[in-house]
Amino acid sequence: MKTVEKQGKTVEEALELALKELKAKKDEVEVEVLEEGSRGLFGLLSKMARVRVTLKKKPEEKAVEFLTGLMKILKLDPVMNLVHEEDGMCRIEIKGKDMGILIGKHGATLNALQYLTGLVANKDGAGYKRIILDVEGYREKREKALKELALKIAKRVKETKKSIALEPMPPNERKIIHNALQGDERVKTHSEGEEPYRRVIVSLKYPPVK
Amino acid sequence: MIELVEYIAKALVDHPEEVAVNRVEGEQSVIIELKVHPDDMGKIIGKQGRIAKAIRTVVKAAAAKEGKRVIVEIL
Repeated sequence: MKTVEKQGKTVEEALELALKELKAKKDEVEVEVLEEGSRGLFGLLSKMARVRVTLKKKPEEKAVEFLTGLMKILKLDPVMNLVHEEDGMCRIEIKGKDMGILIGKHGATLNALQYLTGLVANKDGAGYKRIILDVEGYREKREKALKELALKIAKRVKETKKSIALEPMPPNERKIIHNALQGDERVKTHSEGEEPYRRVIVSLKYPPVK
Repeated sequence: MIELVEYIAKALVDHPEEVAVNRVEGEQSVIIELKVHPDDMGKIIGKQGRIAKAIRTVVKAAAAKEGKRVIVEIL
């Protein structure tokens, strides 16, 4: 962990210097005031303010740390790659041998692991960051499979003219279904139920478009 | 398996020193008992048991590798 000690005429000034050296913002550090500093009398007996400033671990750093320890316990030795996405999300790509157990049925284990990692990463840390986990390109494969599923379901809804409820899915997967069918003129989608059992319903648009 | 539950629990709570994990061997399954500081119960169970469920999912996956049925009980 990176720590610096700085002094200045006031606490603010000392802190300013420390932040400059650490190249950090105020909410990314922990500040300990060592000496308040005082102006004294006519410049006599004046005391400099001193602060100790420590760089807090970023959420994504804590995420990788947590996962590294976890993999060790599971006796797995994957390669982890941290990717910063444009929209402020962080994606951790995990690759290696025996990664199947990290995915589980329909990604259940991966989603659970992602949820726990997010909690650990954002626990009393510096700022919130959404953490996405991916194992061996699973997310992309799943997205493709869900899009295909959406189209298949839409076709069946049109044929039978009956609504179809999909199995419960996490929010990101429901979004893929909604997006896939957004442009469809004959069906509409909405979600029903409470998390984690919320599911997408695909139904016919009324009145039917000719 | 004890190690895994302990590791995850300690990462989630505010009082990691008060995390206690115990293993009870059943006939067909292993029961892992997890105890935490009373103030940390929410951090280990979560809204509608969401965190507890996630812990169980991960532990189950790890246990499957060893061919055992593992039950995580929060006391």
